[in-house]
Amino acid sequence: MTYLAKPKFHHPALPKNEHGFTHRDYEGSISTLCAGCGHDSISAAIIQACFELNIEPHRLAKLSGIGCSSKTPDYFLGQSHGFNSVHGRMPSVLTGANLANKQLIYLGVSGDGDSASIGLGQFMHCVRRSVNMLYVTENNGVYGLTKGQFSATADRGSTSKAGGTNNDSALDLVGLALQIGATFVARSFSGDKKQLVPLLMAGLSHPGPAFIDVVSPCVAFNNHAGSTKSFEFVRAHNEAVNRLDFMDAREPITVDYEPGTSTEVALHDGSKLRLAKLHGDYDPHNRIAAMNYLQSRAAAGELVTGLIYLDDNPRDMHSMLNTVDVPLNGLGEKELCPGSATLDKINASLR
Amino acid sequence: MPPTNIKDPNYFHKVVDCQWACPAHTPVPEYIRLIAAGRYSDAYMINWHSNVFPGVLGRTCDRPCEPACRRGRVEEGAKTAQPVAICRLKRVAADNKSDIRDRLPVAPAQKNGKRIALIGAGPASLTVARDLLPLGYTCVLYDQDPGAGGMMRTQIPKFRLPEAVLDEEVNYILGLQPELRLGQRVSSLKAIVDEGYDAIFVGCGAPRGRELEMPGRKEAAANIHIGIDWLASVSFGHTTKIGKRVIVLGGGNTAMDCCRTSRRLGGDEVKVVVRSGFEEMKASPWEKEDAMNEGIPILNFLVPKEFRHDNGTLTGVVFEKVKAEYDAKGRRSLVASGEPDVHIECDDVLVAVGQENAFPWIERDLGIEFDRWDMPKVSATTMQSTNPKIFFGGDAAFGPKNIIWAVAHGHEAAVSIDLHCSGNNVNVRPSPLTNLSSQKMGIHEWSYDNGISPDNRYKVPHAPPEVTLKDVRLEVELGFDVKQAFLEAERCLNCDVQTVFEGPKCIECDACVDICPMDCITFTPNGPERELRQQLTAPSTHPETQDLYLSEALKTGRVMVKDEDLCLHCGLCAERCPTGAWDMQKFLFNTAKAGCHV
Repeated sequence: MTYLAKPKFHHPALPKNEHGFTHRDYEGSISTLCAGCGHDSISAAIIQACFELNIEPHRLAKLSGIGCSSKTPDYFLGQSHGFNSVHGRMPSVLTGANLANKQLIYLGVSGDGDSASIGLGQFMHCVRRSVNMLYVTENNGVYGLTKGQFSATADRGSTSKAGGTNNDSALDLVGLALQIGATFVARSFSGDKKQLVPLLMAGLSHPGPAFIDVVSPCVAFNNHAGSTKSFEFVRAHNEAVNRLDFMDAREPITVDYEPGTSTEVALHDGSKLRLAKLHGDYDPHNRIAAMNYLQSRAAAGELVTGLIYLDDNPRDMHSMLNTVDVPLNGLGEKELCPGSATLDKINASLR
Repeated sequence: MPPTNIKDPNYFHKVVDCQWACPAHTPVPEYIRLIAAGRYSDAYMINWHSNVFPGVLGRTCDRPCEPACRRGRVEEGAKTAQPVAICRLKRVAADNKSDIRDRLPVAPAQKNGKRIALIGAGPASLTVARDLLPLGYTCVLYDQDPGAGGMMRTQIPKFRLPEAVLDEEVNYILGLQPELRLGQRVSSLKAIVDEGYDAIFVGCGAPRGRELEMPGRKEAAANIHIGIDWLASVSFGHTTKIGKRVIVLGGGNTAMDCCRTSRRLGGDEVKVVVRSGFEEMKASPWEKEDAMNEGIPILNFLVPKEFRHDNGTLTGVVFEKVKAEYDAKGRRSLVASGEPDVHIECDDVLVAVGQENAFPWIERDLGIEFDRWDMPKVSATTMQSTNPKIFFGGDAAFGPKNIIWAVAHGHEAAVSIDLHCSGNNVNVRPSPLTNLSSQKMGIHEWSYDNGISPDNRYKVPHAPPEVTLKDVRLEVELGFDVKQAFLEAERCLNCDVQTVFEGPKCIECDACVDICPMDCITFTPNGPERELRQQLTAPSTHPETQDLYLSEALKTGRVMVKDEDLCLHCGLCAERCPTGAWDMQKFLFNTAKAGCHV
């Protein structure tokens, strides 16, 4: 952390997006995390993704729980809506907010403790209900705020900074998300913004439950030999199945792939992401195959990253509940309290 | 692109834009920090060692440092961005210092037996004297005027440079006891050579004001004056008044001094008339501003044609109206606009259209070669002429420049003379003295103030014109007070506190990339510089101004590339670095002075 606020001066030739903002306008207050924390890189990637997506800051709500990861929404999108909830309860608050106003973009930020331990049930039900959101876990495999005990996502056999070995099985959030109905599932690494930023952009634009697990080394407690969440280990065992490239509508397309090796992902603002295959015949549209592939690579000690699963026909909780489009705060008293005659009518229909 | 060699003293020196731009390479940020700390005497001494006349330069310097100042590139809005007021901060050090005489060097009682003649007692010669006298040299100072100081005394008006300030700093050097031959015009260099000096330094300036030959010049001569001669006459008190209506011809700093002096000697309607456009005038922008603030209009695109007179009494000047036209190569020419000529009535004209060197007193058989512009051939690094014993400096060397150049020439000439007199090769220059040391005091503590002040440049307060216009010797600028000086000093970005990167310690976590407020840092595969500049996190806006700082290959095979151009030296990269791969280290650079041998 630093005591010094980041100077307001910025590079005079910074590009501006459609709203006249530079990426600096998407920053928040100065981070109080440890120097070198992977979470800060994820914050920077979120800033970049929102900048490139031309998101108006007041159209986005960022929600989090408790933990190092859940502190980070203070460090990006200072002009957006935010809610820092109880430990592990962010998914419920996000679901409630989304029910009340489906017109905002929802970004849930959580960590391995907040989502894989205390909030595991909440995480699963939120995904299961198909809430339209991007759910990001900043996954470092340790409880950093309490000095580095193993978390539920720490791999069996990995060692702690103090030297102990983890004997418990690891919980795989990506596997769970695939199983319970997330329609966009990805994994990435805080140290690879080229991969992470386009994935965040695609996830934010996805009209259904999107989940990205970002491995984020804890420089204070989990960046040593024997850790499977360190910079060196992840770089050595990272197996990217594909690569996303953001294509700005204003610029000509420069990336060229052989026919049949790439597909396009449309974003909400009309621009597109191009998905390039890096790994032979991996098909991100086949959920069962994706789950099998993940398991087999994990058994080989590799970490699969990239866009793992994408459902081209996502579901959204609102479409199933048939809710109104207008946010509840935009409805008048007449619509919200239609009167006893309407109540009688509803009661009669249920008799 | 190969990794940057930060051991090359020029690498980090170039990052310190102000010091790099200063001809004397004064360690600017170092003394600005001392001013902020209230250590005015220490700040003064840093200046004194480097530029010899801090009080004079703090009022009159041409400030090549300020256009170079990084602040002008990083402040919001390129048009309103302003450099740190480096020059006027220097004056603060001079104004607020305590008695520093016990810090000055003394000339040894035992001389080394070498005798050096210094022709002209201006800034260049005085610098040579100051550098050589403490080493035991005997210096003999010649000047046509009765007082030492050269153009600083004769040409700069007292309302810009009070006599007391000049006297104080000239006297520091005269206190080293050079032999004085003042009031003695040198009319033959051969005569000096024949006196058997071990070396001779010519620092006689560019003493001749350029003439303007046109109809009426001879007839109306009584009311047409050459600018620098007239200024000298005012300076010595020979001239005390001028006509009510004055035209100053010329657009340089001498013209500005002429018009402002006229306003104080009875000129009620003073006009400056220039051939070129207002923007292309040679005068410094602040000098033009000061003149206009005193109610002096500057009329442009007017070429003088004729002096009008009534039986030898000047009545006015006729000008042809012109306009600028540019050819395909962008070269400007002034062509007649076709409009009728303009006649401006006046009582006196001051001609300030340039200065020339004049060496009628140098015999051409002394082994000094002259070029086709009749200027001596002088080495720009050693200041030596083709006669190995004779050195040149200041305006005498390469034509009219300014005081700070004269000082820089003086230092280099002194080094050369010392090398020459001790039997060394003057072309093998002693290396500069450098020091690089970490500024880390604690986890978030640095021994410099790394906070970035968002303030705009502070204005130096002026005395009211109704007072200053009445007295040609009353200083106009009041100088910053201590409080303003602190706030202005805080605007300095400490560009000498360098971001030093140690590749082997880096874990490539991107923390520095993410925190950098100016997006200076990039991790990328290596390539030729042109390609690297395309791949930076933020565009490279001034590739000619600053270099790229490149690490050796890191663990992932990539390199760290830092664009030095817009770095704020805020140290956030080092604060966010988990491994100490980044560190903030102060780079001190002093040019070698006489006495330093290889």
